[in-house]
Amino acid sequence: MTSTNEKQLSKGMGIRARRGIAYVVLVLLSFLCLFWFYVLFINATRSNGELTKGFTPLPGGYLLTNWTNLVHGTLPVWQGLFNSFVVAASCAILCTYFSSMTAYAIHVYDFKLKKFMFTFILMIMMIPTQVTALGFLQLVGKMGLEDNFIPLIVPSIAAPVTFFYMKQYMESALPLSLVEAARIDGSGEFRTFNSIVLPLMKPAIAVQAIFTFVSNWNNYFTPALILHDDKMKTLPILIAQLRSADWLKFDMGQVYVMIAFSIFPVIVVYLLLSKFIVQGVAMGSVKG
Amino acid sequence: MKAAKRGKVVSYNRWGYIFLIPFVLVYLVFQFIPLVSTVYNSFYENYRSGLTQIGPNFVGLGNYRALLANSDIWIYLRNTLIMWAMGFVPQIIVSLLLGAWFTNPSLRLKGQQFFKTVIYLPNLIMASAFAMLFFTLFSDGGPINSILVQLGILDAPFRFLSNTWGTRSLVAMMNFLMWFGNTTILLMAGMMGIDTSLFEAAEVDGATSTQVFFRITLPLLRPILIYVMITSLIGGLQMFDVPQVLTNGTGEPMRSSMTLIMYLNKHLFNKNYGLGGALSVFLFIITGVLSLIVFRFSSEKK
Repeated sequence: MTSTNEKQLSKGMGIRARRGIAYVVLVLLSFLCLFWFYVLFINATRSNGELTKGFTPLPGGYLLTNWTNLVHGTLPVWQGLFNSFVVAASCAILCTYFSSMTAYAIHVYDFKLKKFMFTFILMIMMIPTQVTALGFLQLVGKMGLEDNFIPLIVPSIAAPVTFFYMKQYMESALPLSLVEAARIDGSGEFRTFNSIVLPLMKPAIAVQAIFTFVSNWNNYFTPALILHDDKMKTLPILIAQLRSADWLKFDMGQVYVMIAFSIFPVIVVYLLLSKFIVQGVAMGSVKG
Repeated sequence: MKAAKRGKVVSYNRWGYIFLIPFVLVYLVFQFIPLVSTVYNSFYENYRSGLTQIGPNFVGLGNYRALLANSDIWIYLRNTLIMWAMGFVPQIIVSLLLGAWFTNPSLRLKGQQFFKTVIYLPNLIMASAFAMLFFTLFSDGGPINSILVQLGILDAPFRFLSNTWGTRSLVAMMNFLMWFGNTTILLMAGMMGIDTSLFEAAEVDGATSTQVFFRITLPLLRPILIYVMITSLIGGLQMFDVPQVLTNGTGEPMRSSMTLIMYLNKHLFNKNYGLGGALSVFLFIITGVLSLIVFRFSSEKK
């Protein structure tokens, strides 16, 4: 029965042929996505001398040497990793906590400005940070917060996209009766939010924490304008610095190790949690 | 008793405002005040010439006139749009194709989870590191040229980064790789929302899968396609990390890969606040109009 259906369905081309084409295209695209990282890995294991001679598909034995050269070189890589981690992790925590709180305010309570606030947050969702960067820089200068992580971390409290995701999640996962039951049991509003609502939001918080972490880990534009001291620089700034250095004099093995070093943590996290992440993207995308 | 009850209801709802305080406060300080002062700056002559500070002097719309009369901004706008389109067109085609395949039950593709994981991966990679990687891979003596020469495809290394379309293609390819997985997942969500009885009816009527795709899937996907396109355009106008690191902020060759945000970054870096402000407002208006369209679309769907 299915075979006759399939025959009808595919007058032009057999289902097998179409499946074959689909697999070929998928394999090609996967190759296109992974090839660069394969070359990166191979080249990170080869010495500068070997690299200038041309590409070989097999790894060399210089990974550790390149790594020690990089660590003892002029770039503060460990410090950069530490800084990136502090900024990204703090953003992830603040952003998810306060976005849940904002979503909770709009979802649970009825107040005069509720509709206005919701519409307003949706409207500002698309405004890119770059267009206000000028005023932001001046403000940071006036507050004396240059070379400080505060202007990179605190603004993540007001994150419209995360708010929207949390709001949607609450609509499906947080019945208002639960909040009322907590009230009858004498729980204060703040305590209800912290000890009843937040645990319920765990799956959404996890997904958004990952996204916020990754986007701040990768962020280059704002940190590059605010952080000038070597001790405060994050990894993307160090990468850009590597680019503007006279790279012909550079040990290319070290360059590859540095690139691998800055993307490696994200790849590991992704491979461990990819199922949730891909689901999370799909979930956030279903808008209405 | 009644009065006390009503009092309690009111006091509950007061908590709505209390829970909104952090968001509103942070938004006002770190986004709204900067926005106002950016606009304010755009009306003042304020830059540095060598070591001397010029201004701030009120010049009205002078900065806007200077900005729009200069050909630079139009060249950079064109560059940005060209590189966006070069990445977006293949992206939307591939994403539609993959989305249709993944959601087609009669194809029964295996390893879907694996493929989805792989195609989404580049989206999470640090854009600046990815650009640096491409810079080294596609440099004149880099591995890609080495491979192409070894395979006999090229006689001599091709100088990707000295060629206008070579550089633009690299930027477009990186944007494509970083975003097609994301778009595929978005479109799949839209495709799975289509009423399956439509497909069944088409099947009974003997439609081919190509007909089903063009006559049913595509028209029904139109709202989500427009949404994807405009959000991608908004993202495209913010294109910065990839071309900045790939060309070391120069937009070479001949400023042909210089984007609007790279231009803004230059003004900010040189403390050229007057023109920078005017450019910011220009970008704000464009993205504002585009987001209004998106906003209309998403609220209409509800």
